[in-house]
Amino acid sequence: MDRQLVVTTPPHIRSAASVNRIMADVHIALAPVTIAGVYLFGFRSAVLLAVSVLAAVVTEAAIEKILKWDVTIGDYSAALTGLFVGLVLPPGAPLWLGAIGSAFSIAVAKMAFGGLGKNIFNPALAGRVMLLAAWPIAMTKGWLQPLWWRQEGFSFWTLRVADRLGISVDVITSATPLAKGGAPDPYTMMDLFTGRVGGCIGETSAAALLIGGAYLIYRRLIYWQLPASFIATTGILMWAFGGQQGLFTGDFMMHVLAGGLILGAFFMATDMVTSPITIRGQLIMGIGCGAITALVRLKGGPPEGVSYSILIMNAFTPLIDKYTVPRPFGEKVS
Amino acid sequence: MLKSVSRTFRGGIHPPTEKQHTEKKPIEVMPPPERVFIPLRQHTGAPARAIVKAGDHVKAGQAVGKGPGFVTTIMHASISGEVVSIKQRNHPVFRHCETIEIKSDGKDEWIFGTAHPRGQADQLPPEDIKRIVTESGIVGLGGAAFPTHVKLSPPPEKKISLYILNGAECEPFLTADDRVMQERTEDIVLGLRLMMRAVGVARAIIAVEANKPDSLKVLKAAVSRFSEIEVVKLQTKYPQGSEKQLIRVVTGREIPRGGLPMDVGVAINNVGTALAVAEAVCDGKPLIERALTVTGSAIAQPKNLKVRLGALFKDVIEHCGGFSAPPVKILMGGPMMGIAQYTTEVPVIKGTSGIVALAAESLNIVESQTCIRCGRCVNACPMYLIPSVLGILCERHKFEEAKAMGLMDCVECGCCTYVCPAGRPMVHMFKFGKMELFKQAQKKREKEAK
Repeated sequence: MDRQLVVTTPPHIRSAASVNRIMADVHIALAPVTIAGVYLFGFRSAVLLAVSVLAAVVTEAAIEKILKWDVTIGDYSAALTGLFVGLVLPPGAPLWLGAIGSAFSIAVAKMAFGGLGKNIFNPALAGRVMLLAAWPIAMTKGWLQPLWWRQEGFSFWTLRVADRLGISVDVITSATPLAKGGAPDPYTMMDLFTGRVGGCIGETSAAALLIGGAYLIYRRLIYWQLPASFIATTGILMWAFGGQQGLFTGDFMMHVLAGGLILGAFFMATDMVTSPITIRGQLIMGIGCGAITALVRLKGGPPEGVSYSILIMNAFTPLIDKYTVPRPFGEKVS
Repeated sequence: MLKSVSRTFRGGIHPPTEKQHTEKKPIEVMPPPERVFIPLRQHTGAPARAIVKAGDHVKAGQAVGKGPGFVTTIMHASISGEVVSIKQRNHPVFRHCETIEIKSDGKDEWIFGTAHPRGQADQLPPEDIKRIVTESGIVGLGGAAFPTHVKLSPPPEKKISLYILNGAECEPFLTADDRVMQERTEDIVLGLRLMMRAVGVARAIIAVEANKPDSLKVLKAAVSRFSEIEVVKLQTKYPQGSEKQLIRVVTGREIPRGGLPMDVGVAINNVGTALAVAEAVCDGKPLIERALTVTGSAIAQPKNLKVRLGALFKDVIEHCGGFSAPPVKILMGGPMMGIAQYTTEVPVIKGTSGIVALAAESLNIVESQTCIRCGRCVNACPMYLIPSVLGILCERHKFEEAKAMGLMDCVECGCCTYVCPAGRPMVHMFKFGKMELFKQAQKKREKEAK
């Protein structure tokens, strides 16, 4: 009998927490916004998401097979990256764009660093920014009108609407709410909240994103401090400097609800691997992200600064971690 | 006075308490075993030396081992009989230790010291209390087994203003302290007052977690006569029974890094220790038996037992009906900090607070993955460390860097490892890192000595 006894160091019990469960929880948190995106932008966006997810999973498995590593697609993290890539694409983007974006995310931003846990940058955002640099037209022209498929001659199941050459003028929305110069379609705050505006598949519905974010907070996967400081910083800076009639005339709510701010703040900046480890560090990251986002929106070329801000702050994460080490118990007490 | 403490320490976890198996079961006296094995090292400090030889006849309560220095304790025979052998044997903590084997003569004759009537214990001079505690071989019964007489003799420059009696018992599964508090309430309070008298402290707090309402009730009633003693109800949280965390909760004071409770004016002991002190002073009984919990998913009849020191785990488990399922792990102590045993042929020692035998289904043995930087360990760490980074540093043999980040402050409570979703064995890496640092320091000392 004694031979079968296992001898290890304590503790001998563990919580039920697992990496799989965490990744599954993020998938669950993304369900509302995924459903909202597919509803708003039609079956076509579901296909785009599926292609992105599939490409990510296949890329990860292939690389691990080739390198003779353990195949880790079972931890759902590759699928998650793929889903994120899809959600930050314009709904009219060609399908191959999603595939290439996901493949890049996994191959370069994740596996090249050593896989899950070792990457420095949020893989999905790295993929998106690569796509923005390589195919700027496809990445900024594929906006669709929400619920375009309700128009005559279309149906929810219409697939070919956004084939880059055959795109129909009727379904194109001229720009997203944050686009500079162009005349955006009129929208109300309610439209912004529910998502009835142009934009990436997963960024338009603030309501769905907040439900998912609340779930993440409830499951203690993220702390509210990071998204709160991110959103508040962007909103306050845009209110202070973003108005046409001088200081403090900017539209706070519009800048909070439009664009990818909520998606970025709750789901991208909070990525465990690439965000600071302490809450204090996460607050710094949130404020930094908010400031950079506002700077890009105010002075930058692209209409949106969320992706860049998060990637830039990702680079600062090790530094933030270094300077936010908590005071050890019993230190500096008299 | 029953005060509820709403403030708590930062960090910690809430594992399932698993106390329901034994918390309602009174402490049962296990009959003295046929043979006992008394290791000469059952405490923190230098091992004792045998003062008997093979063939000697001893009585229960007779000293059989004495220490060479101050930080060591006297060992007593726990049954009467013949000393069979003195040799290296299995030890639940140190793997091997010089051990005195005694074969019972079946008579169970006891030889005790002077008994001081309970009513007059108040008049005993502090020096006498300390002497009796020393002669009785009492150590902290919470698990760390630090010699109690050392704790009762703080250096005069340290002013102790508060005595804390630790009844937190935060480890899952263990209920022996809970039962002792209910069944020996008066003696625990008496033991506390004796220790207060020995150290010269005028104020005391008995701290008990909220999940022991019965103990809280009886203790509250028992201290109502003493205005200087207060019972405090703590939130249920692990590792509340850890000295540093408990003092933080009760007093708001933090023991400085590398310091001791006396550095913040506190003396602290486990409730079981107080009982042992009361029995030593008022009954003349040295520490030859202790209460412990035998439990776990592989034990047929989980029990709280009073066991003679030196009884083999095997015999104790047999007394609890043996195994109900094949045990995968057998622990001395609770599942968070207990020490896994490779055999059941190890003796119960002074620090054995429980024997926990776990079947496969209660163990969640997982493969270690890469850290995903989720930060759960950081929030769980009651010492405010960053376990994830410390673990990686130890893994990469960067011990000096780990030391600079507070590796030596780790109390090995296991919270980080409990919550880690990637299944990283962090406590294991810390133990490894600490050992390597210890070895390096030793080498350095040897080099300098040359």
